[in-house]
Amino acid sequence: MSEIDLDTARKVAHLARIAVPDENLPALAQELSQMLTFMEQLNEVDVEGVEPMTSVTPMRLKRRADGVTDGNMQAKILSNAPDAREGFFAVPKVVE
Amino acid sequence: MSDLNKLTIAEARDLLRAGDVTSVALTEACLAVIESAGKLNAFVHHTPDLALERAKAADARIAAGDAPAMCGIPVGIKDLFCTAGVASQAASGILEGFKPEYESTVSAQLRDAGAVMLGKLNMDEFAMGSSNESSVYGNAVNPWKVDARDLTPGGSSGGSAAAVAADLCLAATGTDTGGSIRQPAAFTGTVGIKPTYGRCSRWGIVAFASSLDQAGPMTKTVRDAAIMLEAMCGHDPKDSTSADLPVPDLEAMLTGDIRGTKIGIPREYRMDGTPAEIEALWAKGAEMLRDAGAEIVDISLPHTKYALPAYYVIAPAEASSNLARYDGVRYGHRATLGPGDGITQMYEKTRAEGFGPEVQRRVMIGTYVLSAGFYDAYYNRARKVRTLIKRDFEQAFAAGIDAILTPATPSSAFGLGEIAEADPVQMYLNDVFTVTVNLAGLPGIAVPAGLDAQGLPLGLQLIGRPWEEGPLLRTAHVLETAAGFVSKPSKWW
Repeated sequence: MSEIDLDTARKVAHLARIAVPDENLPALAQELSQMLTFMEQLNEVDVEGVEPMTSVTPMRLKRRADGVTDGNMQAKILSNAPDAREGFFAVPKVVE
Repeated sequence: MSDLNKLTIAEARDLLRAGDVTSVALTEACLAVIESAGKLNAFVHHTPDLALERAKAADARIAAGDAPAMCGIPVGIKDLFCTAGVASQAASGILEGFKPEYESTVSAQLRDAGAVMLGKLNMDEFAMGSSNESSVYGNAVNPWKVDARDLTPGGSSGGSAAAVAADLCLAATGTDTGGSIRQPAAFTGTVGIKPTYGRCSRWGIVAFASSLDQAGPMTKTVRDAAIMLEAMCGHDPKDSTSADLPVPDLEAMLTGDIRGTKIGIPREYRMDGTPAEIEALWAKGAEMLRDAGAEIVDISLPHTKYALPAYYVIAPAEASSNLARYDGVRYGHRATLGPGDGITQMYEKTRAEGFGPEVQRRVMIGTYVLSAGFYDAYYNRARKVRTLIKRDFEQAFAAGIDAILTPATPSSAFGLGEIAEADPVQMYLNDVFTVTVNLAGLPGIAVPAGLDAQGLPLGLQLIGRPWEEGPLLRTAHVLETAAGFVSKPSKWW
């Protein structure tokens, strides 16, 4: 049985960049604990010497010439931005 | 001609080619029934003008003698597919207002084949769910109804399944990461196939778990699934995992002859708590295939019970990475910021407001299993178990098994709100029979096979060898014919 404490829940929420108010942390910790307990069935499996899967179908990734294939569409790229100014994505101040 | 919306793709195609019906008439019939089916909440973005424009173009093309099978066929598109100039939100608040500048490869192939998009279909948010209850648009509702309760159409392709079952369109696109085509198909008495991983391009489909996601058709018949799947698949240089293999004529493979086919019955799929009527249906399905000349063989897939826990490590891990792109900068929702809020607050508030509870949960569990100190214990172990699950299937196929027959779901459709929000794991059990197929990258199809005691549809699943969608569809077609499932929900909406 895995137990996620409040500090771990807070840390995970921050790593995931999701604001979770303090009053919701106990419920979150409990849900995460439930899910981890479920996952711990995997500890029963003998995985000695087994390769972790990287690709479900054995295939070599295709290659192509290293050239520009597309571009010159600034307006299209910015068209869905919540805040675009002067041809840029605008965000809150990042450096002091 | 009345009830044009009730036609199958194959019927409509033949009528269109014979000049007995127009795509405009088909499209208008569908638009009219969509208009009066608001209670099902299946279509969430309507595109009638675009549909009629495409229908007219399809009619011109058919008149000119240039008509691929999907030409003029009205279809619904799951909201997960990016469609140029048409809202594509993955049923999430975080993509509110997003109108892609581009078209997903699969929907572009359908469009270029002349198919008519009627609108976008409801689904679970980011395809995370088995009941369509995590959608920002509200629940989609199953047209099947046996009492006062509204039932789930399943998920995540719940809107697609509801729309096809209620004859709001001739067919629809779905996507399947752990069962999201096959489970809703089973819950609504429709057909859904998830092809081999790599058959359909994932380009332009909002990503959930990239190593598991596949698109596929949701249709009224197996024949329609063959026709539509063929139009959807094929190599795409824009998806590096797209297979560069020829696409066979899938409909031509529905010969009705499965003599000598070896069908495996995996003993590990007999699970505690499966209702007796599902066990009975499964046995009946095997008997039908035997009567058609197939050989039924008991097989073992020993790692089956570890598929769900492996899936619920791998899928959230990939989701946490894929969904990192929703940052409030490039598209979709951005939270209103307070004085002094910096970029981190912008990310955190935007994602807290934009993602629903199930998506937040999965992103956070995925973040946890990928975090330093836990990566090996959870993520790497799950990937090793995935190798073993795939090996189980490889051994069965190496022993001569052509296809595997299982139940599609552990129950028929349940009531909306019946599976408690408090225990996410309970909801995950819905995928117990389907999730192995995604982990192994195999093709799987759900075929309606009967009604339960309440009068709700039940489906059986057939799992095929990699890239052998044709033989899989052939077996499914024989099962469909033998089961003779013809029931339709009676209209209450």
